[in-house]
Amino acid sequence: MARITAGVATSHVPAIGAALDNGRAGEDYWKPVFAGYDKSKAWIADARPDVVILVYNDHASAFSLELIPTFAIGCAESFAPADEGWGPRPVPVVQGHPELAWHLAQALILDEFDMTIVNRMDVDHGLTVPLSLMFGEPDAWPCKVIPLAVNVVQYPPPTGNRCFNLGKAIARAVASFPEDLNVQVWGTGGMSHQLQGPRAGLINKPFDLAFLDRLVADPEAQARVPHIDYVREAGSEGIELVMWLIMRGALTPRVRELHRFYHVPASNTAVGHLILEPIPE
Amino acid sequence: MAENPFKDIPGTTLFDAEQSRKGYHLNMFCMSLMKAANREAFKADERAYLDRYPMTEAQKQSVLDRDWNGMIALGGNIYFTSKIAAADGLSFQQIAAVMSGVSQADYAAMMLAGGRSIEGVRSKKGDA
Repeated sequence: MARITAGVATSHVPAIGAALDNGRAGEDYWKPVFAGYDKSKAWIADARPDVVILVYNDHASAFSLELIPTFAIGCAESFAPADEGWGPRPVPVVQGHPELAWHLAQALILDEFDMTIVNRMDVDHGLTVPLSLMFGEPDAWPCKVIPLAVNVVQYPPPTGNRCFNLGKAIARAVASFPEDLNVQVWGTGGMSHQLQGPRAGLINKPFDLAFLDRLVADPEAQARVPHIDYVREAGSEGIELVMWLIMRGALTPRVRELHRFYHVPASNTAVGHLILEPIPE
Repeated sequence: MAENPFKDIPGTTLFDAEQSRKGYHLNMFCMSLMKAANREAFKADERAYLDRYPMTEAQKQSVLDRDWNGMIALGGNIYFTSKIAAADGLSFQQIAAVMSGVSQADYAAMMLAGGRSIEGVRSKKGDA
């Protein structure tokens, strides 16, 4: 039987990918960012997930305004890195897990979460930067990845509560997959940041730290936080944080916090990172 | 109808239904810059390339002027308009500095010092 063994949350700032791809990770500006993931790389080398269900958002790469799925699940054999306007990132093609992805799609839809099924999708920095942060620069990613794209570009994104409940449904769906698989769920994006307008550059450390605490200890309360609070307090793009609730919902009510990292800045953004392990009842 | 609380946030434009309808063609033009051949055609003759899209004159002018806040006001979404910046070889931080009305050096220094403080920019009515 497939089982969820851990949850990971991390920001997916595109400049982190660019720093890595251009050999600038050793610069003073970037060193502390990557150092925050040293422990994570060691941890995941031991944890060895078979599959990562990677919750992220597309940034006008695979989805334009022609089609805006709220929740889209990638069921393809593989997903190519997207050309986001400066050529695709020089990272390995992402290998999917169509059997588990289709199982999830079916189970979630019958569980009343109406997923959009995607058979062809390029994946942008939202998905590849977290892989780079956790795995470094391998020739091939060491696990299969099921992309789960959430709309957070066109208002309104799904509510925090909807995301949290989707996570719970993912846990049920994974548990009903017959093959023995070590599955992790990652939630990405955030933390506080605003990329547009006169308020660009907003960072709200107290909000971010309180979010981390509540996500770990009281996710039910965090799930009730309305969109206006994210946009006002964490910036127009800080609303990406609702995606972390999908990861948290997929874990047990109580979790063990294995690692936490917070750093400002990476370009325009506060970087946050958690590794959580379920505590079975 | 109750007041839209998002309109109370200073210096922030929510990409809602109204903005999305207004900016559809502007954003789809930006989307076309994902392809290298289109980036070249745009660079070769920006005005002629823009004329392929049923955008308003104001939207076209905001692109020609690289008026990043203007594009947002006219329905642009930052993830789309930033594709123009990418085609220009500009970083996100460079256009963020322009949008917030400071030099790139000052903007970078602000970010290194912890970013723009939330104090005073929560509400147009003044922070509670």
